[in-house]
Amino acid sequence: MSWSVEDLSVAYGRTAALESVTVHIEPGVVHSVIGGDGAGKTTLLRVLVGLVLDHRGGVHLPSQDRIGYVPSRGGIFRDLTVDENMAFVAATHRLKSWRPRASDLLERSGIASFRNRLAGQLSGGQRRKLAGSMAVLAHPDLLVLDEVTTGLDPVSRMELWRLIATTAATGAAVVSATTYLDEADRAGQVELLYDGRQLASGSPGAVTAAMPGTIRDQAAPDDPSTAWRQGHRWHQWHPESADATDHQPTLEDAAIVLELLARKAGG
Amino acid sequence: MKAMIVKEFRQMRRDKRAMGLMIGLPVMLLVIFGYAARFDVGQIQTVVVGPNAVQVSQSLDSAYDVVEVDETGDRQAVERMLRNSEVEVGIVTGTGSSTMLVDGSELFVAQSALRRIPPATQPEVLFNPNLDTAPVMVPALIGLILLFIGTVVTSLGVVREREQGTLEQLAVMPLRPVDVIVGKIAPYFLVALFDMAVVTIAGLLLFNVPFVGSWLVFGLFGLVFLFVVLGLGVAISTVSKSQGEAVQLAIMTLLPQIMLSGMIFPLESMAAGVRWIGYLLPLTWFIKGARGEFLKGPDFSALALPLALLTLMAAVVFGVAMYRFRGDLAPKRGDAAQEAPFTPAASS
Repeated sequence: MSWSVEDLSVAYGRTAALESVTVHIEPGVVHSVIGGDGAGKTTLLRVLVGLVLDHRGGVHLPSQDRIGYVPSRGGIFRDLTVDENMAFVAATHRLKSWRPRASDLLERSGIASFRNRLAGQLSGGQRRKLAGSMAVLAHPDLLVLDEVTTGLDPVSRMELWRLIATTAATGAAVVSATTYLDEADRAGQVELLYDGRQLASGSPGAVTAAMPGTIRDQAAPDDPSTAWRQGHRWHQWHPESADATDHQPTLEDAAIVLELLARKAGG
Repeated sequence: MKAMIVKEFRQMRRDKRAMGLMIGLPVMLLVIFGYAARFDVGQIQTVVVGPNAVQVSQSLDSAYDVVEVDETGDRQAVERMLRNSEVEVGIVTGTGSSTMLVDGSELFVAQSALRRIPPATQPEVLFNPNLDTAPVMVPALIGLILLFIGTVVTSLGVVREREQGTLEQLAVMPLRPVDVIVGKIAPYFLVALFDMAVVTIAGLLLFNVPFVGSWLVFGLFGLVFLFVVLGLGVAISTVSKSQGEAVQLAIMTLLPQIMLSGMIFPLESMAAGVRWIGYLLPLTWFIKGARGEFLKGPDFSALALPLALLTLMAAVVFGVAMYRFRGDLAPKRGDAAQEAPFTPAASS
């Protein structure tokens, strides 16, 4: 069964947090929500988990007990041990014989040896992995993750992504907000938001292809307002058509260009 | 250094609660100590009975506020009035000398009365004959401990959830708001009940405080008072972003209750304006009920008003606190629905 939000708009006071956003959420697919600060990523996720009720547009989502959620901070109970955190989630979902699955999840997350440690005493990465394990314990139909990998070391990010990918492989739909475009590049579907608007939607390849103009890899920028660093070199965007010297654009290039154009159009 | 001082003043100006503590607290302390911190009671509510009641009542010191003169009344009637806190002193006149019955549960009132014994009158202190402090303080301390647990500890417990971002987590878990609210508050409620029992037993055993009233009525007062203080704690937590803010606010609610509830300074000695603040505080009414049950065992009707007021406070404070707490757990509202109400396509 697939889920969706259609023509979704949310306003906080006079500020529009989301404007006419449509997302089709397919089971077994990881959907990456990308965009800068204030783009509306968290608001979209909060609509998905039922924390924002007042909005325009259609919402077709699983019931709350079928949704797993890891907020951008927290998601764990620091004064409980790792095991007690898992037990609490199992109790709220009225799960029976959950212990083998909990053990398996903690094992795969690499925190099984800390089962009796207070969650507050875990490292940042371990806490995120515990929060992830708690969110998937009850086999959710929809897993919603708000920048779960932000600030984590590469190994922790990899372990967390393995957990997410496994969950998607078992049929759950995953919606993950992230600022890491390399992660988004691995997703099945990308939603690019800017200032509450949906700039692009589709597979990473499709979003990249939606970028107008071309990218040139240069030692120095021609126009600093439309160029950005890429290692020691510069990626310069040119609105004109492609030629042989053009660089194959990445999802990051496309996201930057689409946002630059949106900013320009918005004045 | 100048930059540091300017920065500190800017931060201080924006920390409204700290400013409240720095400016509001000295004003509050001045008012309390200026108008409330008096041990000498200037108005002693008095009944005079017996054949010479009229003559004796006319010859009394001006500190005695004679509320009733009854030539047909007897000692038994006076004792009942004292027990029910209708008066603080009762003078039973006879053909020769008179007997002045003094309510020993009102420590400072009794001391004031004993400093002004009318001529040819034999004083007799009831309920706390030696005018000991412990029997008067222990019931009040029970209230103070419940107040501390209810407001400080409960508010910290709830604010911790908000600080750690777990309140939002609870809101999206398959739990009803009522599950979260009751589950969150019930442990504090039970611990406070346990504390109440421990402090009461310790008071009885360690300080030999008598208990002459009804355990049922005392328990009822404790139960209703607990709802008020737990409500206060939850209400504080709903307007505090951090544990520091919650503690600041809890101190602001604790201090006036300690000073103006009659726990230390007698309400009767306070200036009228300050005394009325005392009447608005829940600890005032718990102390009236608890002291009554410990020392005097009044008729239930005599405690009906304190119990009714405490119940009203419990309903208002606990109700408002639960409403606000539920708001914390409920989904946030935007403005979009004003244009077109949300109608889910399916499910939840």
